[in-house]
Amino acid sequence: MLDVKAGDEQSFELLLQRYRTPLVNFLYRMVRAREEAEDLAQEVFLRVYRARKDYVPSAKFTTWLFRIATNLALNSVRDNRHQRMEVSLDAPVTVDSEDGDEKPLDVAEKHPNIEQYMVEEVRKKMIRHAIDKLPEKQRAAVLLHKYQELDYGDIAKILECSESALKSLLFRAYETLRVELAPLVARQGK
Amino acid sequence: MNCTRMENKILAYVDGRLKESERLEMEKHVAACGACQLRVNEFRAVAALLEEVPQIEPSAAFDVRVRARVAAEPVKQGWWAWFTPSPRVAFAASLLLLATVWIGSRPPDPRTLTAADEAQINQDLPVLENFDVLSDFGALTDLPQPVQPEDTGNSNPDQNQNQQQNDSQNPTM
Repeated sequence: MLDVKAGDEQSFELLLQRYRTPLVNFLYRMVRAREEAEDLAQEVFLRVYRARKDYVPSAKFTTWLFRIATNLALNSVRDNRHQRMEVSLDAPVTVDSEDGDEKPLDVAEKHPNIEQYMVEEVRKKMIRHAIDKLPEKQRAAVLLHKYQELDYGDIAKILECSESALKSLLFRAYETLRVELAPLVARQGK
Repeated sequence: MNCTRMENKILAYVDGRLKESERLEMEKHVAACGACQLRVNEFRAVAALLEEVPQIEPSAAFDVRVRARVAAEPVKQGWWAWFTPSPRVAFAASLLLLATVWIGSRPPDPRTLTAADEAQINQDLPVLENFDVLSDFGALTDLPQPVQPEDTGNSNPDQNQNQQQNDSQNPTM
């Protein structure tokens, strides 16, 4: 990032290549809409580029990057909450495809073992829905902890809370997930 | 360690992020507490389930869109850029400066009125304002020509003056 600050355009390209996938995945898991996640990720990179001259390496670049992403995601989730609730009432039954896009459930789809495929898809869907049902801040904490593997200290800075509050937040989130995913957890434990 | 104190450390224990001393303390408690042991196992199961969520790849157009948006950003300049004029403004300012120097270095116009001229004009202004009337005033043209003093040796100016006054008072005489 210091090279980007010095005006090295190629370093910005390196940042883009390094962080595009983690950012898009984090934002997709936060907002649950691929197109919106990509728009938000673009906005994150744009803000990084705009702020490059004023960048002060007081914290890790990753922490700063995900702080921008988390704020954008939380605002987006709050802005669209009402809209999402309306859509979900009439939404058709869908299944998550491998690339993350939801598509209508097609039982006639060609697959080596359709029954096993459907069981796996339902399982993934349950996990995703359990994550989606978490309050925004708990969801962000779980995603940053589980998928970005950030330190508690870094996540606490991103979510602007104390480390102790973060641990409590994560504990509550895992408790909720444990209850929501009870059938799968029981099977996993066997 | 009691179960309440364990709550904030259980996830770090499952992740393997506890310090060695804390980990040993936790293991001792878990071995003795069935409820905490169950919770640790269930948290491990939840963590494993979260691993199953597939990753997505950004679309092919993602990088292109980011680059396009970055390229469309206006170039940010420092505060000192405010003092740097644009070429057009610099050219116009130079022309203005040259014109000022040129006009200032020219010799004064001979037709330009001096202060003495202006004082004289101000003094004559009442007459000039009535110039139209005075230039067409018939009575003035009818005045007899002043008598030129003859060079006869009578050189008393007071006498001549008295004579002119008498003439003007009795024009028909």
